[in-house]
Amino acid sequence: MSLRIVVCVKYVPDATGDRHFADDLTVDRDDVDGLLSELDEYAVEQALQIADEADDAEITVLTVGPEDAKDALRKALSMGADKAIHVEDDDLHGTDVIGTSLVLAKAIEKAGYDLVITGMASTDGTMGVLPAILAERLGVPQVTLLSEVKVEDGTVTGRRDGDSASEQLEASLPAVVSVTDQSGEARYPSFKGIMAAKKKPVESWDLEELEIEADEVGLEGSWTAVDSAAQRPARTAGTIVKDEGEGGKALAEFLAGQKFI
Amino acid sequence: MAEVLVYVDHVDGAVRKPTLELLTLARRIGEPVALALGAGAADTAAVLAEHGAVKVLTADAPEFTEYLVVPKVDALQAAYDAVSPAAVLVPSSAEGKEIAARLAVRIGSGIITDAIDLEAGDEGPVATQAAFAASFTTKSRVSKGTPVITVKPNSAPVEAAPAAGAVEALAVTFGALATGTKVVSRTPRESTGRPELTEAAIVVSGGRGVNGAENFHIIEELADSLGAAVGASRAAVDAGWYPHSNQVGQTGKSVSPQLYIASGISGAIQHRAGMQTSKTIVAINKDAEAPIFDLVDYGVVGDLFAVVPQLTEEIKARKG
Repeated sequence: MSLRIVVCVKYVPDATGDRHFADDLTVDRDDVDGLLSELDEYAVEQALQIADEADDAEITVLTVGPEDAKDALRKALSMGADKAIHVEDDDLHGTDVIGTSLVLAKAIEKAGYDLVITGMASTDGTMGVLPAILAERLGVPQVTLLSEVKVEDGTVTGRRDGDSASEQLEASLPAVVSVTDQSGEARYPSFKGIMAAKKKPVESWDLEELEIEADEVGLEGSWTAVDSAAQRPARTAGTIVKDEGEGGKALAEFLAGQKFI
Repeated sequence: MAEVLVYVDHVDGAVRKPTLELLTLARRIGEPVALALGAGAADTAAVLAEHGAVKVLTADAPEFTEYLVVPKVDALQAAYDAVSPAAVLVPSSAEGKEIAARLAVRIGSGIITDAIDLEAGDEGPVATQAAFAASFTTKSRVSKGTPVITVKPNSAPVEAAPAAGAVEALAVTFGALATGTKVVSRTPRESTGRPELTEAAIVVSGGRGVNGAENFHIIEELADSLGAAVGASRAAVDAGWYPHSNQVGQTGKSVSPQLYIASGISGAIQHRAGMQTSKTIVAINKDAEAPIFDLVDYGVVGDLFAVVPQLTEEIKARKG
């Protein structure tokens, strides 16, 4: 029987761009280019490796986001995923993590799954809580923050490297897995992969198809409210010295003056 | 006065500093009630009382160590039901965030993670967060349900505020999901004797310029002279020179110490995201154009192999 893998990915503003907030205090997506969140590339990579090991597997990439978010899906398809689902709806603008997890959970259930894989966090919000919330909503085991993952005979195993210990985990499918950037370098799409991706199916779903009311999501339906966003004042220019043999001593003098020594 | 539920991070009864900081913040918005789970939970009571906990709920069961995260969520939910708090505060560790997030969904509440400050507001607690690699500061609230907020280490001072701290055993019923993910084995991380990276007052980090695992002792010796934690940039970790558990940056740990010393680190956005809120920033780099110099209070353009050992010697000499 085919192993159904759903990889959740996010389209995020490029961190090397000049990111800022729009007037409604949501992330301004117009002024900065977007791309597939780098940490999600590791999730796609692990899905591809798990599918390679399985007799028969199908990888669906799923995203919730505006029109441009299709770019993130195309990237994942060109890496080797089989098909894509794009949940797109004007009412989704400004949805927070609780609302997004609701949309993703409904879409995952509608798509059908044995294994959900995500990155450890998005590179924009960097909360790192979505995988745990998805497991809660779907009512399946969470096997999160894995630096190594393996799926065999309906069981997922993996290694979670925490602050104080490294844990070996095990759960039965279906399950939600998240992987860290230590799980293995993500592959670059090949030219063949990029060409093939153009022919792969991308389905578009809206809130109605997922039986979600508009007031459960979006800025108005959000479970959190941002009251203000201020750019951090630029640091006042520091003292920069060139080392001409005494740089270490001069630095010690500075640290002593700041009472660190 | 409204009660605020505080989740306690401890190791066999020894309460970790971020939890004591949480108690300081909790007192700004109500009366702290602490929840301590696992072996040694009751041993946390004295220090929690010393820092303002009016009550300490405790529970221990094999499920907390044998299965991942969910048993702790069941316990936190039991405490939530027992206390009906005005807010729930949890330390922003990887596990703490997962526990908090699952509770939030269960009780129909919003969640704010990685707060760096917290104050009382007209419509509930207001959390300050750093956004976009700490280039922005936002103020947010939970607008639905009971605020669930996770707070980063070093966000508040540890203050003594003696309170009753009466210990009460909490009854926990584990749900069907509690045993979903089995912890088959656990290998404790070897202790270096140095402070924990995210909690340290001083962090000394090395990057690409350190040029090999065999040279990292230079960074470690500087750290030890200052009683500091050791960090590493992603480049150094990816090259295999230092463990991932010490990585500072967007995909590693986010640190906010009193003093951050970056050696041989250029200051890519990935790294800046993890250290930009440090109070005082110092960099040593031979490339005068390195973006890290835009952030520093003091920078030395020079070879770290000359500057860092000289600095270490000078610190040792000054400390006598």
